[in-house]
Amino acid sequence: MRPKYVFRLPVYADSICPDVFADKSLKEISELKLWEGNKQRTIGELFDVQETPFDPDEDAVIRLVGDLQKVRTVGCNMSFGKLLIEGDIGMRLGEGMKGGEIIVKGNVDSWVGCMMEDGKIEIHGSAGDYVAAPYRGSTEGMKNGVIVIHGDAGNEVGCYMRNGMISIEGNVGEFVGIHMRDGTILVRGNCGGRTGAGMLDGKIIICGRVSSVLPTFTIDSVKSSVKADGEKIKGPFYRFTGDIADQGKGKLYISKPLNPHLSFYEKYLQHESFRG
Amino acid sequence: MSLLIRNGFVYDPINDVKGEIMDIAVKDGKIVEKVNERTAKMIDCSGMVVMPGGIDIHTHIAGSEVNAGRLLRPEDHYKDVEIKTLTTRSGVGHSIPSTFTTGYRYTRMGYTMICNPSMPPLEARHTHEELEDTPIVDKATFPLLGDWWFALEYLREGMIKECAAHTAWMLSATKGYAIKIVNPGGAEAWGFGRNVKDLDDPVPNFGVTPREIIRGLCKVNRILNLPHTIHVHTNRLGQPGNYLTTIETMRSVEDLSNGCDPVIHITHCQFSAFKGDDWATLRSGAEEIAKYVNRHSHVTLDMGQIVFTNTTTMTADGPWQYTLYELTGNKWVNHDVETETTAGIVPFVYRRKSYVHATMWSIGLELALLVEDPWKIYLTTDHPNGAPFTTYPRIISWLMSRKARERILKRINKRARKRSLLPSIDREYSLYEVAIATRAGQAKALGLTDKGHLGVGADADIAVYGFNPRQTDASRDYRVVRKAFEKAAYTIKSGEIVAKNGVITKKTEGRTFWVDLGISSCAEAASCPEILQDMKKRFRDYWTVELENYFIPEAFLKSSMPIQVKSEV
Repeated sequence: MRPKYVFRLPVYADSICPDVFADKSLKEISELKLWEGNKQRTIGELFDVQETPFDPDEDAVIRLVGDLQKVRTVGCNMSFGKLLIEGDIGMRLGEGMKGGEIIVKGNVDSWVGCMMEDGKIEIHGSAGDYVAAPYRGSTEGMKNGVIVIHGDAGNEVGCYMRNGMISIEGNVGEFVGIHMRDGTILVRGNCGGRTGAGMLDGKIIICGRVSSVLPTFTIDSVKSSVKADGEKIKGPFYRFTGDIADQGKGKLYISKPLNPHLSFYEKYLQHESFRG
Repeated sequence: MSLLIRNGFVYDPINDVKGEIMDIAVKDGKIVEKVNERTAKMIDCSGMVVMPGGIDIHTHIAGSEVNAGRLLRPEDHYKDVEIKTLTTRSGVGHSIPSTFTTGYRYTRMGYTMICNPSMPPLEARHTHEELEDTPIVDKATFPLLGDWWFALEYLREGMIKECAAHTAWMLSATKGYAIKIVNPGGAEAWGFGRNVKDLDDPVPNFGVTPREIIRGLCKVNRILNLPHTIHVHTNRLGQPGNYLTTIETMRSVEDLSNGCDPVIHITHCQFSAFKGDDWATLRSGAEEIAKYVNRHSHVTLDMGQIVFTNTTTMTADGPWQYTLYELTGNKWVNHDVETETTAGIVPFVYRRKSYVHATMWSIGLELALLVEDPWKIYLTTDHPNGAPFTTYPRIISWLMSRKARERILKRINKRARKRSLLPSIDREYSLYEVAIATRAGQAKALGLTDKGHLGVGADADIAVYGFNPRQTDASRDYRVVRKAFEKAAYTIKSGEIVAKNGVITKKTEGRTFWVDLGISSCAEAASCPEILQDMKKRFRDYWTVELENYFIPEAFLKSSMPIQVKSEV
């Protein structure tokens, strides 16, 4: 699929989803409804849709090519199949996803994988804010699944996350893992402040630099390595627990060699009485 | 315009009509003896149930509190969207729907009058503006007076007559319909971070006890001759062991009754019927309360049933909402309305597998089934505290069918099931009793003479439900009944068909009912100029609003419906 023109208005494309496309002919797919601004349109009006022969043994793939920055809610509630996106795509990609796979060769906007329940999202570019976060006001964050981002990500990654794995190769913004309940967030790059604010449980691993750690986290120990989703990541790491303000037992691992300014925490480790 | 509703099975408890096949004639918004059959629009209701329009005595649908709840819960709106049509406006909200959606959803279920039970007097303007935006249905609202400074002071001094004169002014100033009392004294104490422990615990800084407040306002209610009784949310609501406080509250006004008419309405009684010392030993106190209510005629109740769903709790009982926040750890709002009252909001999920929630579910139904006289207990969920009002059809099916109750019982917490009284109760409501609990009884309790019945002269508010009561066994086919109550075949409001098969066909404005006690301006606030001067000074010292701006003139209400009341002051 390829957009016919550059969209100026947001396009809400819940219908671009393997579950909806399944068992439909090309003509039926072209007639599926979506919204452009406040006008209801069909996929055929906005996109060039082509069918290519594929190997029946393999999973069917929906391939989207072009500038899709205004296209939102693609792959909403999908439960199987594969979406391949070549280009930048808009907000709420893979919202409430229950299975299947989304691969983006480009950047994505905010709320990618929001309220995701299972499946895999792989982004070769960068992602916006609120990766895997729940809808505003809700506490039902990501329940399971994997999100891999090869680039950077914005603020509040993994907000209210309940389980699953988010792995980011680049840098992230502030409030990583805010209100996190469980699951793992791995950041290979640097990270903005206020990491893990309000977290109750789960694991956040920062391999890069962090400006500071919230005062509601207490140092626990220094670990030489940490496991994330079966992979052993070499440290050493400072291990903090928190957020104590919320009686949380979350674990926050922060690289020791890249954060010499946190070395003052080590003196608390020597005093038995300071140990959490 | 005239209508003729033909051949329906009519259930009209006030006129003692029990499912007889009758024609109902409607002309100019009223029910009449007969209409010209050639010009009247015929509605064939053969094989359908015809009832007066539903009335809800207690539902939080408007005001600052509800609006704060809307702001607090974007995720509640996201899940439930109402799309714009040619006749209706768009809206959102599962547990706290927007005003228009509230009106439409009540209309679809065949309801035509709803009462907003908690209005901080200061927020009266806001509340009336929202009520005006709630289309189709008629409305009334009750100002909170149980923690009103002037009332507390008058009652401390035992000045009942003066208190009555002041209350008359207050009701006129806020265009209210009845006296609402929430956790008497407790909300005032909460302003200082405290609560009252029971009926005889004096309110800090005032020295008056909750018992004196309830008794005093009950006497005031009688002096003013108000159509409804005092509407009481009891002390210690939501705390284990509070059923004793509830019984004591009812007992405290026993001697004020003339022997037959009710003098007190205990609202959302389920939340006030907990036995036990703490949450682990929580038991149902429904049996004791029902026993008391069965033996006395001065009390009416409403259920406050819970349904297992995601909802939002909101009451003027600030200390209780704080406790709820501590229990859930959820986001919350707590608010002190200047000198007047408090409010709290906490989103809440009732879970089947929770012992406490399952017990609460059982208590509500036990109350409804153990109180023998259906004229004494009405169906509510204390929307949205127990559940959104859209769950009423489900509760009707539980009341009408033992089988429907057992289906849920099987799936609730094991320990709660073992302790529940429901398996031992065989009673099933008849359709006639449902008509009492959802309209006739509530109309009677509210003192609405033109509503809740289909006699000649009554308002033509009629609900038609699409099932045949002679062929449908509600006990077995409870799903059919539930579906029918969810979407009324016809809702007729003031003689116009406003909804058909769950689709709104006409947009009309409902009226706002208020008691007209003959006070039309701010200056009539007091019997003598000294008291007026004193009130002005107090308002200047403690309120953000001047006394002169406090009074809502009748012209403020777009569709005002004053109920003339002859008071003794």
